[in-house]
Amino acid sequence: MTDKPLIIVEDLAKTFVLHNAESATIPVFQDLTLQVAAGECVVLAGESGVGKSTLMRSIFGNYLPTQGAVKVWHDGAYVDITKANPHEVLEVRRRTLGYVSQFLRVIPRVPTLQLVMEPLLENGVSFEEAKDRASELLSALRLPQAHWDLPPATFSGGEQQRVNIARSFIRKYPVLLLDEPTASLDAENRAIVVRLINEALKEGAAMIGIFHDLDVRDAVASRLFEVSQFKAAA
Amino acid sequence: MNAIPGRIAPAPLLSVEGLTKWYGHVLGCRDVAFDLRPGEVLGIVGESGSGKTTLLNCISGKLTPTSGEVRFDTRRFGLTDIYGLSEPDRRRMQREEWGFVHQNPRDGLRMRVSGGANVAEPLMNLGGRHYGNMRQATIDWLDRVELDTRRIDDKPRNFSGGMQQRIQVARNLIHGPRLVFMDEPTGGLDVSVQARLLDLLRELVRDLGLAVIIVTHDMAVARLMADRLMVMKGGEVVETGLTDQVLDDPQHPYTQLLVSSVLQI
Repeated sequence: MTDKPLIIVEDLAKTFVLHNAESATIPVFQDLTLQVAAGECVVLAGESGVGKSTLMRSIFGNYLPTQGAVKVWHDGAYVDITKANPHEVLEVRRRTLGYVSQFLRVIPRVPTLQLVMEPLLENGVSFEEAKDRASELLSALRLPQAHWDLPPATFSGGEQQRVNIARSFIRKYPVLLLDEPTASLDAENRAIVVRLINEALKEGAAMIGIFHDLDVRDAVASRLFEVSQFKAAA
Repeated sequence: MNAIPGRIAPAPLLSVEGLTKWYGHVLGCRDVAFDLRPGEVLGIVGESGSGKTTLLNCISGKLTPTSGEVRFDTRRFGLTDIYGLSEPDRRRMQREEWGFVHQNPRDGLRMRVSGGANVAEPLMNLGGRHYGNMRQATIDWLDRVELDTRRIDDKPRNFSGGMQQRIQVARNLIHGPRLVFMDEPTGGLDVSVQARLLDLLRELVRDLGLAVIIVTHDMAVARLMADRLMVMKGGEVVETGLTDQVLDDPQHPYTQLLVSSVLQI
């Protein structure tokens, strides 16, 4: 483990340009700076539309920032996600940088257990070990075993969200971005996810999260980060 | 600082530079350049007539470009411009090291011989002579693409479209290629068959460490299959990048139009 921050966001700016809407420009934030250390969970605060998800997606490399750098500690060095080649970003995402969205997006008709095993198989873990770890995690998330051989398309919102969480937590990412991972969960399942998050933090993960649920937020947050302080002038 | 230390970046498997194709005075594609690494999946997207298939045909040695180079890391000659090779050498390299999955299985299969013979043929072309071994390899591959191995001697026309496509996939992978071209591989299939075939293709790509260049006009297929995308319009590449970045935060006006035009269900 390192004393260095695992995430360094430097002077980040993001402006959307909508070419098919008379080139409307939508500035979101500018000069945004943020560092997250190992074991720390920074919760993004601010009302809807302030740019929390945009920041998160810019860090993941899903959005292309207009300016600035996003450095992620990977394999003993920083990789600037905003400038790295696609294969480098994918490599960082495969082993270091995870993202849990609110929604499950997978190939239809693939059984749940297989979906949860897939990230490990991609990383070269053996079939048996992947199966054991996936089963363990799905049990911990209390997804009924009768569901494991079914594709998640017909599951309830909360069940799908737990499949999504399982797919992300199975890799034990050192850096994790959480975009409302508990939005559709009931209290008991929220508590389980909070426990998973806290365990990962104890093991030295760095996290950035968005949580609208105040109980969850208070249970995991090391500090709050107001995105609105970097609001770009329209 | 972007180079990930501790690991030497693998040399490109394929390196395309300044690739241009004119059909008389009509532009096919212009000045296309990219590198492909071992195990990487590149998606080429764009509307009909944007030059996707022209580009794929130029890269895969089927259509001589007007100018530009297609260098491939061949086993026999190292990184070489494939159009600089003699015709027999190029054909041999294509047979040994590449696969090509057509949209229409009829273009990729020989309809007069059995499904099993279609799958085994690449082995035969590469000098395989032991009938028993080749038949066993064929059975293994039919099983791997989830076809009933008892139907090994049926003609392709007696299989459904989705099954024919699986035969074509097996035929193009049995000889252990390092690079596979796919032209709308799920284009002619109904959606129920499409999802399963995509999942199968993804599994095979992952397990075999294949590099793939896949042409599709279907953004959902592109998202599921490709690591990165090239967006084409009017014969030119207008945007490239990580697949989810190109689809979720497109920069070029045409890509924005393309992505925002996808129908939701």
